[in-house]
Amino acid sequence: MTTATTPTPALTDDRLLELYQQMAVIRRTEKAAQDLFLAGLVKGTTHLAAGHEAVAVGASAALRDDDYVFATYRGHHHAIARGATPEECLAELMQKATGVCAAKGGSMHLTKADRQMLGSYAIVGAHLPMATGAAWSAMLRGTGQLAVAFFGDGATNIGTFHEALNLAAVWRLPVLFICENNLYMEYTPIGAVTAVPNPAADRAAAYQLPGHVIDGNDVSVVYDAVRQAAERARAGEGPTILEARTYRHYGHSRTDPAKYRPEAEVAEWLARDPLVQARSQLSARGVADDRLAAADQHAEQLVRDAVAAAKAAPEPDPATAFTDVWADGSATWRT
Amino acid sequence: MADVAELVTYRDAVADGIAREMRRDPSVVCLGEDIGAAEGVFKTSVGLFQEFGARRVWDTPISEQAIVGTAMGAAMTGLRPVAEIMFSDFLACCWDHVANEIPKVRYMTGGQVTVPLVIRTANGGGLGFGAQHSQAVENWAFAVPGLKIAAPATPADVVGLMAAAVRSDDPVVFFEHKGLFASRGEPAPADHVVPLGEARIARSGDDLTLVALAATVPTALAAADQLAAEGISVEVIDLRCLIPLDMRTVLDSLQRTSRLMTVEENPYQGGWGGTIAGIAADEGFELLDAPIRRVAAECVPLPFADRLEDEVIPTVARVVDAVRRLAAY
Repeated sequence: MTTATTPTPALTDDRLLELYQQMAVIRRTEKAAQDLFLAGLVKGTTHLAAGHEAVAVGASAALRDDDYVFATYRGHHHAIARGATPEECLAELMQKATGVCAAKGGSMHLTKADRQMLGSYAIVGAHLPMATGAAWSAMLRGTGQLAVAFFGDGATNIGTFHEALNLAAVWRLPVLFICENNLYMEYTPIGAVTAVPNPAADRAAAYQLPGHVIDGNDVSVVYDAVRQAAERARAGEGPTILEARTYRHYGHSRTDPAKYRPEAEVAEWLARDPLVQARSQLSARGVADDRLAAADQHAEQLVRDAVAAAKAAPEPDPATAFTDVWADGSATWRT
Repeated sequence: MADVAELVTYRDAVADGIAREMRRDPSVVCLGEDIGAAEGVFKTSVGLFQEFGARRVWDTPISEQAIVGTAMGAAMTGLRPVAEIMFSDFLACCWDHVANEIPKVRYMTGGQVTVPLVIRTANGGGLGFGAQHSQAVENWAFAVPGLKIAAPATPADVVGLMAAAVRSDDPVVFFEHKGLFASRGEPAPADHVVPLGEARIARSGDDLTLVALAATVPTALAAADQLAAEGISVEVIDLRCLIPLDMRTVLDSLQRTSRLMTVEENPYQGGWGGTIAGIAADEGFELLDAPIRRVAAECVPLPFADRLEDEVIPTVARVVDAVRRLAAY
């Protein structure tokens, strides 16, 4: 079912460096979120995406600014890759009025609607049909936009995964389903609870869709794959399933030290850290070390400033607990 | 009263109400199981596919999560979808989207996202469909902050409330009562819109306020007719919507009658009548000359046989009996 597409133009040195810097910003934001949690300044829970940066950044680089993106509770990296600032994300985690969702969403619901990042959803798999719907809407309105659903390997065993894929395939919608397979469904190895070895890509055949397993820790590989799938979708050829193999550096959530992972496995994946890989690609291309160092410094400073600003930001006005239920801004349910 | 020949069915009013909005606004699209060329299992989408074609009226697989989730994504991005869930019992199959996603996304994004969609569904008993196709489940939706709930009792209200629901920027669950599909009433005038959250006094009376919704409206009216012959004057309020809930009309009526009863098809426990009774007791205790009474369905799954179903859901006889006792209190 795979349709030939034109080869993706290679990333220029400058563009790859830019993507490296975005990944570095996300990595430091995640580290900051962890530190702020340990300092008691982030409440609730977080599901950090350190290690997954290449998927969000590589995919975003291959999309148009007006394409729709839907993410999961592990979505800090997607929000930032699509234009939310580290400051507004950290402020959200710290329950501040300047948070990207005005402190009504929290870590699991980061949303930047004016950049078409249409939400992070904490019920596993719930957003896959939403992406299908956004793609349907784009098709009917003739805008040439795509919708992308990022989801984890655990979502592939949820009913919505199958319902959304089938409908998207039948209606030939411009939607990309991008699985971040980090090998663990929360605490359990995905292979132990899934009937096929590649939980997303192997299921593609059931819907006569192309399904590809790709290296999710190589930003150039992700960029290439998403670019080609996007071109196919925009040409009216329908959805593609991409299964990006990656690894989380932290546990499932803030309370999980991830002791269940074999040391050798962790070491192998840390050696394939997406930032390390992008750095060595840039070095191999002859990009000077001082430019890499400058990118790191920029990321460091940006996140340090973001933390300071988020710490200094005010808490939400209690009255806002009673706004935004209805479209008129109110929460009134009776006369 | 119009000539019988001029009356329209509740069933036809559903398709008419949707068609009027589709003609008015090209962003209105329909999706659901068997709603296209088949024109709906209840024939509530007759003529839509023919008039608006395959790009406006979409048949789906049997995939309730995909239907409602897809409608949500489309509503977030510029369309006004009208999604059909064939029987309201099946809302349980897509309950995550109905209870967790659609009603919360505006709030949890700090007001960034608007979800203007309608979920239509055939609700209630009376047709002998058994326990998994007969429930009145408006109380399920009533428990979820962020959903508006319409449940019309007459063909004209079907059209008027459909117009308001489709035009609403908030998500609306629209309960069509399957026991009313064959009933007839006055046709809706042109450009008919019934605002969400405005109850209707279906019959004026002085002795007792009877609050009803959807199929319990004709039940309440029939009971009121019988009771009038006995000299008991019953005011029947058709709520039309559960959210927004028009308590003003209920409390105003109670001020005149001093007695309050609700008639629900959903089960007593967790039913909307409990909220009405609670508010009336809280805010209108001094208006009451008698306890508040509730007639509701019994706490059993809906049985199949008519004779058994009649034991479970409110009937005219049960309402008459309950009103007599309350009027005499």
